[in-house]
Amino acid sequence: MSDDHELRVSKIRDGTVIDHIRGGQSLNVLAILGIDGSRGEEVSVGMNVPSDRLARKDIVKVEGHELSQDEVDVLSLIAPDASINIVRDYEVVEKSRVERPDVVEAVLECPNPGCITNADEPVTTTFEVLEDGVRCAYCGTIVREHIASHIQE
Amino acid sequence: MRHDHLITSKQLAREDVELVLDRAAEIDADPAAVAERHAGKLLGLLFFEPSTRTKMSFETAMKRLGGDVVDMGSIESSSVKKGESLADTVRVIEGYADALVLRHPREGAAKMASEYVDVPLLNAGDGAGQHPTQTLLDLYTIRQNAGLEDLTIGVMGDLKYGRTVHSLAYTLTNFDAQQHFISPESLQLPREVIYDLHQEGATVREHDGLEAVLPNLDVLYVTRIQRERFPDESEYRQVAGEYQIDLETLEDAADDLTVMHPLPRVDEISPAVDGTDHAAYFEQAHNGVPVRMALLDLLLGDSP
Repeated sequence: MSDDHELRVSKIRDGTVIDHIRGGQSLNVLAILGIDGSRGEEVSVGMNVPSDRLARKDIVKVEGHELSQDEVDVLSLIAPDASINIVRDYEVVEKSRVERPDVVEAVLECPNPGCITNADEPVTTTFEVLEDGVRCAYCGTIVREHIASHIQE
Repeated sequence: MRHDHLITSKQLAREDVELVLDRAAEIDADPAAVAERHAGKLLGLLFFEPSTRTKMSFETAMKRLGGDVVDMGSIESSSVKKGESLADTVRVIEGYADALVLRHPREGAAKMASEYVDVPLLNAGDGAGQHPTQTLLDLYTIRQNAGLEDLTIGVMGDLKYGRTVHSLAYTLTNFDAQQHFISPESLQLPREVIYDLHQEGATVREHDGLEAVLPNLDVLYVTRIQRERFPDESEYRQVAGEYQIDLETLEDAADDLTVMHPLPRVDEISPAVDGTDHAAYFEQAHNGVPVRMALLDLLLGDSP
């Protein structure tokens, strides 16, 4: 991967660079992070950029926002190859790869309308992370596709 | 038993099942021996859905152990009607009872409720999810009639929403049973259940008709094709007739085929079958009492 490709999107001063997102998934990554530009965030997106590791990758740079561990956990569901770079004053101060957690809590909604997590009860949604999807710990429903569309509002 | 709560039949290892069934057989043989075993203990019954057999058999089981029940009663007459959450309801009734039995229309309700209580909680049916105590009495009945070794079972009817079927299927993987699932395409086993069965190494065979598999079956477990699940009546009528058992159907069955049904039945099994040696569904319902006595005895532990 060359710096030339990195430079196709602008450098940021403080924030997060999410690199090595599978090609075409960057908009889902933004959805997972709840970033839609409505709060004036400065966001740069590179889509289908050539990559050595992945044939094509996406890059997302978010100014002024450092990802929390919870956000990284969820990110791992749709961008398992991603790397996270925390930038402060134009320098990368932390660099890490995402790791798939065993469970994700309080992030996704269960698509099963009959699930107790969709009733008005004090229950935290919990999904077991499978090889190829996630599974509701309460009703057992498996979600394999469009995981990002089940992110809790 | 290693578990404080019984939420799903997935919790039940083969040795757990055998422990409950053996204890049920002991109790069945000599019920007087346990008549005062849990005197002074109370079982809380929380039924958020209508139930006859499950509720009454739990009540009978507790009373035959010398204990008693406290019953939330109907939804209409309870605080649920005022909007009380399930989490609050179980926390309140936990203060009155030594164990709780919960039936609820939502999947996962028993799991959530168990997170709020310290007394044992038994799932008596959660939506289309699980019904593990029914599975234990089903297995008890199967063991009495056909044995649990080298079992070939056909499970027929509404497999999609039938919680008794889901619970039974999981547990039968412990016994390496050959399971055949017979249903209309629209009521096949949920893919999640198929996924779990494959994970357990079970061979799953799905069919849309009974004819091909019937002669090979030791047990035929029939469930109601639920009319209310079909978007229109004509679709229901089209399939319903294909899944009814009568004397003519059973001509192709083995002489020792055991026919079971969790009840209530509507027209899945002709009354003409009731008088044959095949019929085990009333015996199955009766077995709810000794099996639930055994389960309560194991979960409640020693008498005070």
